[in-house]
Amino acid sequence: MIKSILVILASAAIVNNFVFKQVLGICPFLGVSNRVETSLGMGAAVTFVMAMASAVTSAIQECILIEFGLEYMQTIMFILVIATLVQLVEMFIKKSSPTLYKGLGVFLPLITTNCAVLGVALLNIRSEYTLFESVFSGIGAALGFTLALVLLAGIRERLDECELPKAFEGLPIALISAGILALAFSGFQGIF
Amino acid sequence: MTEAIISLGSLGLIFGVLLTLASMAFSVEADPKEEMVLDALPGANCGACGYPGCSAYAAAVASGEAGIDKCPVGGPKLAAQIGAIMGREVKDQAKVTATVRCRGDNTVAKNRYDYEGIQTCSAANVVAHGFKGCSYGCLGLGDCVDVCEFDAIHINDKGIAIVNEENCVGCRKCVTACPRDIIHMDPGKEFVHVLCNSNERGAGVRKVCAEGCIGCGICERNCPTDAIKVIDNLAVIDYDKCINCGLCAKKCPMNTISIG
Repeated sequence: MIKSILVILASAAIVNNFVFKQVLGICPFLGVSNRVETSLGMGAAVTFVMAMASAVTSAIQECILIEFGLEYMQTIMFILVIATLVQLVEMFIKKSSPTLYKGLGVFLPLITTNCAVLGVALLNIRSEYTLFESVFSGIGAALGFTLALVLLAGIRERLDECELPKAFEGLPIALISAGILALAFSGFQGIF
Repeated sequence: MTEAIISLGSLGLIFGVLLTLASMAFSVEADPKEEMVLDALPGANCGACGYPGCSAYAAAVASGEAGIDKCPVGGPKLAAQIGAIMGREVKDQAKVTATVRCRGDNTVAKNRYDYEGIQTCSAANVVAHGFKGCSYGCLGLGDCVDVCEFDAIHINDKGIAIVNEENCVGCRKCVTACPRDIIHMDPGKEFVHVLCNSNERGAGVRKVCAEGCIGCGICERNCPTDAIKVIDNLAVIDYDKCINCGLCAKKCPMNTISIG
């Protein structure tokens, strides 16, 4: 039991890392990876949304969609769930940490359209995870997303101090770094 | 079909109620003044006020941390508007605009060689310190023109940059773009300006430019308020002391100092 949970966590976080392996959630990955602090905040927000979304969508799939034969409603139902959760997170962060709220900016409401969140919900269903397993797969995926974000943010913070050729400043060097990181992550392939 | 409508509708209702409750629990009191200030600001997010964008400046104004006249885009009109919102007095302030501290157009300044490379000042500046005889003078290839978003700076037909003060909002983009640091933020055209940036000794200036500052010190001796000083072979005006009498401009043997 514990072993299978660990496998789900590690496979979602590292082996099938959402950013580096499945290329999902690239928009916030590049948008909020300027500072380690904000990327940790973004990671925490996404972790909450993904874990909750995994649980709720899994329950909806079991209790409503399959029960009434409404599988074709999957996408719209899941997006409704995700949008609600993102709104909750946004209100919470605005109240608890205005600095983080400013740091995340437009990328906070954009978690709604972060394809990694909808992706994890749909992949849970496709992998036929139970509700419990879904939650851990969601947490794993979010941890992997946070890991990717923090790694890139760390690199970008250091790059800020470096003298770069003008053509590489900003996004170009970030994209190159992200590509090299993704290459490194492909080394985890086939562990499980 | 019916199940679909009912299930989606009821889910939406449940989530809606949840969100309403949550928004009551997590409500944040926004400062209404901050929003009013933000509405009044031009929204260019140029950062000339020293804050990262209009909303940050609005927040700083609302909290009383920033002055109400920091937005150069809106100018004194906007300062009055914000003053009305915040209930604060506006101090009358001279408009600060970009000034190109060089008079060496191609009728008065000599070139050392013909430059046919990449047509930007920063590129020309690294080729043997530029093609101009004066290594401080305006190259006139328009790096400042390219960055100006307000159509306020142009290269005139004699090949140096000229600021149109009516359009200039004082955002300082040209100041940073100029590779030779010729552009400075100074009070407007009605004030006297030393239109030279050269720290060369007098003889060296005379060789390459007919209107450059030779550091003779005549202006310094004639200034009634000690506002103009020759520092490092170049006359510099302290606008806090300057009464704009125009004596320095009249006495300048090189016609370097402009007036009105």
